[in-house]
Amino acid sequence: MKVSFGQYVPGNSIFHRADPRTKILWTVTMMVLLLLVDSFVGYAVAAVFVVAAIIISRINIKLILKSLRTITFLIIFTMILNLLFYNGQTLLFKFWIFDVYLEGVLFSLKMIIRIILLISATSLLTFTTTSVMLTDGLEKLMKPLTYIGFPAHDISMMMSIALRFIPTFSEETDRIIKAQSARGADFDSPKFIEKVKSFIPILIPLFIGAFRRAEELATAMEAKCYRGGNSRTRFRVLKFSSADLFILIFTLLFLAFVIFEKSGWLAI
Amino acid sequence: MNDFIKFENVYYSYDDTSDDEDNSEVSVSVPHMALENVSFTVKKGEFIAIAGRNGSGKSTIARLMNALLDPSEGVVFVDGIDTSDDEKIWEIRSNVGMVFQNPDNQIVGMSVEEDIAFGLENLGVPRDEMISKIDECLKIVKLEAERKTEPHLLSGGQKQRVAIAGVLAMRPSCIVLDEATAMLDPDGRREVISTIHKLNKENGITIILITHHMDEIVHADKVMIINEGHLLCEGTPKEIFARKDLIDRAGLELPQTARMFAELNECGFEIDKNILTVDEAFEYIGNLISSGRMNGGNENVD
Repeated sequence: MKVSFGQYVPGNSIFHRADPRTKILWTVTMMVLLLLVDSFVGYAVAAVFVVAAIIISRINIKLILKSLRTITFLIIFTMILNLLFYNGQTLLFKFWIFDVYLEGVLFSLKMIIRIILLISATSLLTFTTTSVMLTDGLEKLMKPLTYIGFPAHDISMMMSIALRFIPTFSEETDRIIKAQSARGADFDSPKFIEKVKSFIPILIPLFIGAFRRAEELATAMEAKCYRGGNSRTRFRVLKFSSADLFILIFTLLFLAFVIFEKSGWLAI
Repeated sequence: MNDFIKFENVYYSYDDTSDDEDNSEVSVSVPHMALENVSFTVKKGEFIAIAGRNGSGKSTIARLMNALLDPSEGVVFVDGIDTSDDEKIWEIRSNVGMVFQNPDNQIVGMSVEEDIAFGLENLGVPRDEMISKIDECLKIVKLEAERKTEPHLLSGGQKQRVAIAGVLAMRPSCIVLDEATAMLDPDGRREVISTIHKLNKENGITIILITHHMDEIVHADKVMIINEGHLLCEGTPKEIFARKDLIDRAGLELPQTARMFAELNECGFEIDKNILTVDEAFEYIGNLISSGRMNGGNENVD
């Protein structure tokens, strides 16, 4: 089973070329704005924006749908709860001990649209940004916080090292599983408790190995004159380009719309 | 004057708690001294091999050379700078590069070029300069085609060459390879060894090769044998391999060719003991045969 939410899809669209900072900004803005909008007209416009963004990013719509599939349960759960527990005026029908109101139906519809739009808009960030770029973007965005003692560089260095070692650790996990199987360990027990227990002989060597690696890596980094973020130059640089301007204008347009909508000029 | 690295009566003990931060990388506590009264010098441009069995103290020597460790007693000088001088520590570390044993545990970057850039980033080199230096180093270690490759997709030999390139980019005068070939297959080992020989000959970089593969040390200018924290002997490979008793005492083995000739000698054949490489053996045996074939040939004809 593959979870498609959060996987980078290579490409060369405006979204791919844009600075990760811009995309993080777009994601956060979309999240806030989608939570503010609460009319069907608002959602319709929001949907137009989100669909436009997906088309611009040239991400296959199937991938977006796939990432929505992973939250089907959440959608259904939200819908049922809202249908059953929302108290309105227009009673539609009674179901066992629950009253289902028209307002409840509308509200749960809105919630579903909201969740779908939220996931679609935010998954664009991870679909179009490599984890390395994401880390760089986060470091740059957190930079102002260093003045109040926040270790922005350290955190991004830790994140990028973690990312660098994911394939190494997955190889090591495979090796340990094989080694333990060769010693007679059983990883296919149908019993849940047994299954959980069988992971202990994998996790312990993995953790010990990780600590050893960390120590060696730290020595190697020190030997290469690593001494934290100060006075360090960067090989990877982030540049503001026309793609960023485009996404910013796009986001601002949506922001302007939400302000209009909330101020009541477009009240429905 | 051109003593590049100088050890003066160096002692090192991992138990020494006065050695604050530098103890952190060694978690085992060894009750005895890891190094006892070790003194030697390395000249600029030399190719030095240090050999010894596991736990003999050869890695400790490597770490003392680039100020990862400070000696408990005695002094280590690198290019005239005392390594216990905390203010010059970065100067020393950029001057003496280190390549470690496990290729996986020394690559920081998400791609080959980024890993080479790591050292340069630490030194505060401007980005434009980085790119030209990375190009140059990739050419030297012959990895131009792997520039954007992720490290986990490389072979062991390639990973170690990336590590060498990463060190090389910092323009060191000396590279210390701490068992850098121990985890490699024969092909990977050959790649790494030929790369460092090239660096030594063409770029004049001092090489300190720490190993227990005796075949790798036959081309060195000078060999040092370390045993139980002592410098057992030093000399040219020929001088060292003539002392089979010392090699045995250090728990090491003669290189294959030398062993063959030594054993032939023990069997009563009177042949030259001083043959270390396949090339030398080829020439020597060739000479023997061409002088011997006359007799053999005559016998056959008769």
